[in-house]
Amino acid sequence: MKFNYYPGCTLKTKAKELDAFGRKSLEALGVDFEEIKEWQCCGAVYPVAKDEVATKLSAVRTLAMAKENGGKVLTLCSACHNVLKRVNNDMKTDENMRLKANNYLALEEPYLGESEVIHYLELLRDYVGFDKIKAAVVNPLKGVKIGAYYGCLLLRPNSTMAFDNPENPTIIEDFIKAIGATPVVYAFRNECCGAYVSTTNNELAKKKSSAVIASAKDEGAEMLVTACPLCMYNLRQNGGGEIEVKYFTELLATALGVNN
Amino acid sequence: MQRIGVFVCWCGSNISATVDVEKVSAVLALEPNVVISQNYQYMCSENGQALIRNSIKEHNLTGVVVCSCSPRMHEATFRRACESAGLNPYMLEVANIREQVSWIHKDIEEATEKAIILGRTAIAKLRLNTPLTAGESPVIKRALVIGGGIAGIQSALDIAEAGYEVDIVEKSPTIGGNMAKLDKTFPTLDCAACILTPKMVDCAQNEKIDILTFSEIESVKGFVGNFKVGIRKKARFVNEKLCTGCGVCTQKCPSKRGLNDFNMNLNTRPAIYIPFAQAIPNVAIIDPEQCLKLKNGKCGLCAMQCPTKAIDYTQQDEIVEREYGAIVVATGYKPISLENFNEYGYSTYKDVVTSLEFERIMNAAGPTSGHLERPSDHKQPKVITFIQCVGSRDTSGCGKPYCSKICCMYTAKHAMLVREKYPDTQVNIFYIDVRTPGKNYDEFYRRAVEQYGVNYIKGMVGKVYKEGDNLVVQGSDLINNEQLLIKSDMVVLAAAIEPDPSVRKIATLLTTSIDTNNFLTEAHAKLKPVESPTAGIFLSGVCQGPKDIPETVSQASACAAKVIGLLAKDKLKCNASTAGADEMLCTGCSLCENVCPYGAITYIDKEFRLGGGRTEVRRVASVNPAVCQGCGACTVTCPSGAMDLKGFSTKQIMAEVDAICKN
Repeated sequence: MKFNYYPGCTLKTKAKELDAFGRKSLEALGVDFEEIKEWQCCGAVYPVAKDEVATKLSAVRTLAMAKENGGKVLTLCSACHNVLKRVNNDMKTDENMRLKANNYLALEEPYLGESEVIHYLELLRDYVGFDKIKAAVVNPLKGVKIGAYYGCLLLRPNSTMAFDNPENPTIIEDFIKAIGATPVVYAFRNECCGAYVSTTNNELAKKKSSAVIASAKDEGAEMLVTACPLCMYNLRQNGGGEIEVKYFTELLATALGVNN
Repeated sequence: MQRIGVFVCWCGSNISATVDVEKVSAVLALEPNVVISQNYQYMCSENGQALIRNSIKEHNLTGVVVCSCSPRMHEATFRRACESAGLNPYMLEVANIREQVSWIHKDIEEATEKAIILGRTAIAKLRLNTPLTAGESPVIKRALVIGGGIAGIQSALDIAEAGYEVDIVEKSPTIGGNMAKLDKTFPTLDCAACILTPKMVDCAQNEKIDILTFSEIESVKGFVGNFKVGIRKKARFVNEKLCTGCGVCTQKCPSKRGLNDFNMNLNTRPAIYIPFAQAIPNVAIIDPEQCLKLKNGKCGLCAMQCPTKAIDYTQQDEIVEREYGAIVVATGYKPISLENFNEYGYSTYKDVVTSLEFERIMNAAGPTSGHLERPSDHKQPKVITFIQCVGSRDTSGCGKPYCSKICCMYTAKHAMLVREKYPDTQVNIFYIDVRTPGKNYDEFYRRAVEQYGVNYIKGMVGKVYKEGDNLVVQGSDLINNEQLLIKSDMVVLAAAIEPDPSVRKIATLLTTSIDTNNFLTEAHAKLKPVESPTAGIFLSGVCQGPKDIPETVSQASACAAKVIGLLAKDKLKCNASTAGADEMLCTGCSLCENVCPYGAITYIDKEFRLGGGRTEVRRVASVNPAVCQGCGACTVTCPSGAMDLKGFSTKQIMAEVDAICKN
């Protein structure tokens, strides 16, 4: 099975390591993937207005391209995943959106939401399997107490994302266990980091991010992992710098022995 | 030659808005054997029934087809109408054009066509109907009540009061159920024990009532009026007849680490224990998981101390067989498991408790002797936050979609009791809606708000987490549109309630139906709320749907009234649709005997003449019509086609199939 890998803009600029470690790990795990050739920006933020069509079009183009190649879209950045999955859901279920987007794009064949958007973590859980990852680990991260930081975009809205239980997610904890480390469950793991508010109301972002870090430290976490470049920025810049924050792909690559 | 009348009902607009009833009656009028075909707005009304009665007489009808609602609704009504006009009641067929047509289709043309087909099918079957006569069977004048909570207790007392014998079968070691655990009861705040324990004693002292505790239903055979029930009396390792409940054994027992489930596991109890001071029967029981003697043969202290020699380490489970005319299911409820609601920290923090645990904490006979203290450090909480609807009205799939109905009232009660006893305590309640309809209920809730100063917050809670020694409740206040972080010493979760899990097995044994939430289904949501669809099985209390105590007691008494009505009859009309074997086709294979759930089929050796003076003895099936319930299992099992069901013969079924396929 081939996966159409969608890195997104941030992974080509600010979050190159999220991308690089992700690719190396996929190769190590023997996952067949290929970067979508002419992918475009996902749109960056999912427009919640019902009649907003134009800003969803670039996502539809990417989804339609993947459809021709088996239809499995593999995402890594939480924000891209959220936008692509929700736009795909619109194309599947919202007749008005489907009609307008297809009229505008005039693709050879109309796109009706046939592709499937899969996050890297979902790929690890559902296609590779955490057991298999455990078996492939060469440098288990023994004794490292890691807090999973989910943020919002992977989990919500649950009706569309269907990623994990949004109140009590376990997928990243299961991942942490698979690479040999010890997961630390803390209450704020699914609270907002402050997101884009950091540009307009930095104080608020600081409050949100430091609450996450305080909660994680309180439960004994030594490190946080995330899948989101924006969460990473906030936790590092606005969280008080008291705890190390890493992309989960970096830990995966370390555990698999391919982080050079 | 049959003379058939067809009567198409509009059901007000229930049918006629989707089905062209004029067309249905006009088309069916053309069917062979149909001599009259009419339609009417309400066929079940007196006027409608009169129409049927008059037509039977006027047109010398030999059979009637009514196209209306489901036969489950009005077949009996129309059978009576036929009978009163001198027609055999089994010469009636009902075509269901409401539930199976008008309620589920939108297109008038399609619905009309389907209604015609169903009408034609009923006519085709009716052509082959023959008059049937129902036999009679005696009624065993004894009732079984499954479950000894307040529902079962009330039903049993009422049935016994009418003079009939009742057995209460309770799976735990004492009767009393959840109500015995409660502190005070709304809306009057009288103590639960004060109103429940006298009823428990009444049960124990009533000569008509036999209480079998620590017992479970093992098997059920038979049918209304004639149930045969196997009951497993689980070994309690104490002879109930000898034990006087003196309690010496419980004081001497060296193993004291068993969790006290009567106190919602908030404290421990000895391996030999009496569930609580007012337990009925007031008899000790040994927990084999904790007992040193039963586990490794060492100890035996209780047996040495017992003044009446009641301890019996060798006791085994015992199966008793009893016969009943009616069965009441009163299996009650339990709070849901909160494993899907980790965000509220129930499994993480000791000071997050459920409402039923809080009842025990507030109860004078509970683990803290009624002193309000939190489990972690036994300090008296200064701020308590209650969270309602934990798992109720939940559409996320983690909880239950229904309203548990009792939580708004008991939470208001808890809040008031706390404010009354400890006025310096701040009490917050998060709610989605406060639902307090009922006599003196809303007044009760208003008192909590207005007189007791309970802080009600409309909104849901996102999570409960720890900060230092305290819990923080993060929630939203929807009225003031703000996010709240409330430091609390203790958090109480109003967990949704669900039917006791034992009900699933019981429902299977009783062949009665259960809904997606495991509540037992009543025969009719409005008109038969205490009867199950299976004759002779009645529903009492929360096993049928969420209820508080007053409502449970009302339903339990209603249930008893139905049971008394049944037991008052000496004989019941049997089912007329019984099976019978064609002896010339029967090969004596025994397959039908094996599938019959009622034990109605036996085999006899019968002599047949072969001609020329020769005879042969063959083994053939024989059906006892008083026992046969007409389920049809034997007819589809019979490999030689010898078995047939009166009123539902293979010929009739095939005629129906042909009528459908013809179109």
